[in-house]
Amino acid sequence: MAQRQAVAPPHRLGFAATLRRDTWWVEPALVLAALTVFFGYLTVSAFLDNWAFEIGPYLSPVFEPKLHGVYSQWWFSPALLILWGPAGFRLTCYYYRLAYGRSVFMSPPACAVGDLPPRYYGETRFPFILQNVHRYFLYVALVFIPLLWIGAIRGFHDPDEGWGVGLGSFMLVINAALLSLYTFSCHSLRHLVGGGLDCFSCSLYNRTRHRIWSWVSRLNANHRLYAWASLVFIVATDVYIRLVANGHITDPNTWSRF
Amino acid sequence: MALRTISIYRGDSGGGRFVDFQVDVEEGNVVLDVVLKVQAEQAPDLAVRWNCKAGRCGSCSAEINGHPRLMCMTRMSMFPADRPVYVAPLKTFPLVKDLVTDVSLNYQIAKTIPPFQPRPPDPDGLYRMSQEDVDRVQEFRRCIECFLCQNVCHVIRDHPENKARFYGPRWFVRLAELEMHPLDTADRRQLIREMAGVGFCNVTKCCTEVCPEHIKITDNAIIPLKERVVDLYFDPLRWLADRLKGKRPGAVGAQQ
Repeated sequence: MAQRQAVAPPHRLGFAATLRRDTWWVEPALVLAALTVFFGYLTVSAFLDNWAFEIGPYLSPVFEPKLHGVYSQWWFSPALLILWGPAGFRLTCYYYRLAYGRSVFMSPPACAVGDLPPRYYGETRFPFILQNVHRYFLYVALVFIPLLWIGAIRGFHDPDEGWGVGLGSFMLVINAALLSLYTFSCHSLRHLVGGGLDCFSCSLYNRTRHRIWSWVSRLNANHRLYAWASLVFIVATDVYIRLVANGHITDPNTWSRF
Repeated sequence: MALRTISIYRGDSGGGRFVDFQVDVEEGNVVLDVVLKVQAEQAPDLAVRWNCKAGRCGSCSAEINGHPRLMCMTRMSMFPADRPVYVAPLKTFPLVKDLVTDVSLNYQIAKTIPPFQPRPPDPDGLYRMSQEDVDRVQEFRRCIECFLCQNVCHVIRDHPENKARFYGPRWFVRLAELEMHPLDTADRRQLIREMAGVGFCNVTKCCTEVCPEHIKITDNAIIPLKERVVDLYFDPLRWLADRLKGKRPGAVGAQQ
């Protein structure tokens, strides 16, 4: 194991060592709080399959696609059959690596502020070397996108009363749109559609891939925004549908039975 | 004109301290103006490296109030007038004297990177590239080698023992420039993983935040290189596809 070397003064090594004089700790603290609240809620929600998560045309996105009819006799929540995919996609996402790298593992907590871990191997060793499977979770996420859109369209069709519209329908559409933006702005997708090419102009096939790469690159510039917006909105949609399904609030809609 | 306090680190690898100087600061002055005024009027032995004073040469990198910045591109008006402005040398490189550090590690790394290896020219002896191919790598050519990204990267800043196994952001920019060049035929992915240590990067983007040329180092250089490494080492489907196409993964010219 390599010996830890010193640095010349006025600098020093060690957690939070810095010459910065601003409130550098605010951003990682806020991100840590937000990650805890939103991912904590989704984890709890996945286990709360006894608290209604479906009413009329609305199904919570945490339980989309609808597997609970098939697996209702199983002892665990059907959400657990679904969430491993999106959870793995977010856990290995290049943006979330930044978010939890700074706020949870504090390596570093902020730029030019000392790391928490005394030894650092990054993504060269287990478990963080598993970040390299991000593209496989992308493939899973890409399967989920059409399923979410089917769920969003189904949000306009009550099984008993037929087509209509309600506030929940729009929330499901916005949720599907934000998750689509998050998925299609993925860094791995950007590489796979064309970023791996060295010559964009060498063939019609490469020129087509360059066009797609350009679109994904434009989306990719806002990947962080889509990551947060989609996370917040999936929680908001789940909360809303559960509150409606359990009779705590009334959904403004064109149907008559709820 | 206003009297301001600038606190400059004076010392060498053996030790030192911040020394306060009172300086008349004019409107529009940058930190380098004030440091040079101190050198001219109060501390002629103050060591500071600078050259163009226009943000083009990358010489005057320092840590100003703890933030890695170019002194020539940092206005004094950014900081509260009633508090000292602290100027320190870069942390990641060995201190020579005062604000001057030894950045020769970077030039040693540069020598290990396989140079541009172009394909044979067209039949008329010319090399041709399309604009869309050049656009992507031109961003990387903006690098002025100020080494602020190297300085802020926590992999070597907070863990100096990693300097032997991690090249740092500036050299990933260089590697990306070569790897994505439409005429280059070399495949440096093995080097990128094994010698350059791209796996050490946990994409916290501090290099991008401090880059005075606004190069999207993480998004456009490091992450694409990580993905190219995944192609070679962590993607069995890709490996199989390359084999079926008759490509030998990792070989020169294997990409495309």
